[in-house]
Amino acid sequence: MKKVFERTKGLSDAHFTFCPGCTHGTIMRLIAEVMDELNIIEDTIGVSPVGCAGFCQDFFTCDFVGAAHGRAQAVGTGIKRSLPDKMVFTYQGDGDIAAIGTQHAIHCAARGEKITSIMVNNAIYGMTGGQMAPTTLEGMKTTTSPYGRDPISVGMPMDFPKIIANIPGAVYVASVSVDSPKNINKAKKAIKKAFQVQQAGLGFALVSVLSTCPTNWGLSPVDSLKWLRENMLPIYELGELKETEEVKSL
Amino acid sequence: MPKAIVLEKYCKSCRLCVDICPMKIMSITEKTNERGYFVATCIDQDKCTGCTLCATVCPDVAIEVYK
Repeated sequence: MKKVFERTKGLSDAHFTFCPGCTHGTIMRLIAEVMDELNIIEDTIGVSPVGCAGFCQDFFTCDFVGAAHGRAQAVGTGIKRSLPDKMVFTYQGDGDIAAIGTQHAIHCAARGEKITSIMVNNAIYGMTGGQMAPTTLEGMKTTTSPYGRDPISVGMPMDFPKIIANIPGAVYVASVSVDSPKNINKAKKAIKKAFQVQQAGLGFALVSVLSTCPTNWGLSPVDSLKWLRENMLPIYELGELKETEEVKSL
Repeated sequence: MPKAIVLEKYCKSCRLCVDICPMKIMSITEKTNERGYFVATCIDQDKCTGCTLCATVCPDVAIEVYK
């Protein structure tokens, strides 16, 4: 009998500290599997953010550096420039990359830093208790928007990967989701490509992954995936938002 | 014979495998793991087709599949 699915060696033996049903774990598995497939676990340095994923150094078997809130890409830039042979990736939530770290994300892309960023978008601040994020949907109830997000006073949700896609230094920008097995496989392909872009030294690559937050959305894990499909997919366009000719020929 | 094995110490009882299984053979049991979660298990290994859907959606990477 053959093992057709097992825990990848890119993941450590530690159990995830996330709430039951949180798809952070799925995304981390995909990254770990990609590192294993490209045989780069020993050569990879990850940068962990602040937020639910702040403990992600415990879950991977590659090296990690912790960054201050929103500064993962600034730290990643320093690592990549001093150790250009290493693979560097940042793992950040939407509050980290698209709120407090917006300036770093935009200028990291503008400089065309040869690092890979994974953005986990669950439309809410998870760890701090479910406050409204820039990515929160219109009308969505959070602890700081108890009557639903009002676009007149706080604006419309920000589609961050599209902003990055407009910057010349970003050569590969993809928006994917982990709500179904089919989308999980597509997400893995996008993450793999983002790492290959870095291996080829082409420029900055960003993969935005739509994720769930069952605890702060107040839904069961199964209903959360359904809510993501029905409400987030129509707002955040999936697919490869930007792919230069060089990336296509990889 | 294909089979799905739940690594009990990782399971958090989120029911995503129960919902996705096309054969409806995943179930949450009365047994708890060391962290107090009721663990999922495959209740009818004979019916398992080894499709790996349960393992693909498991956010805690708690399922191994043999075929």
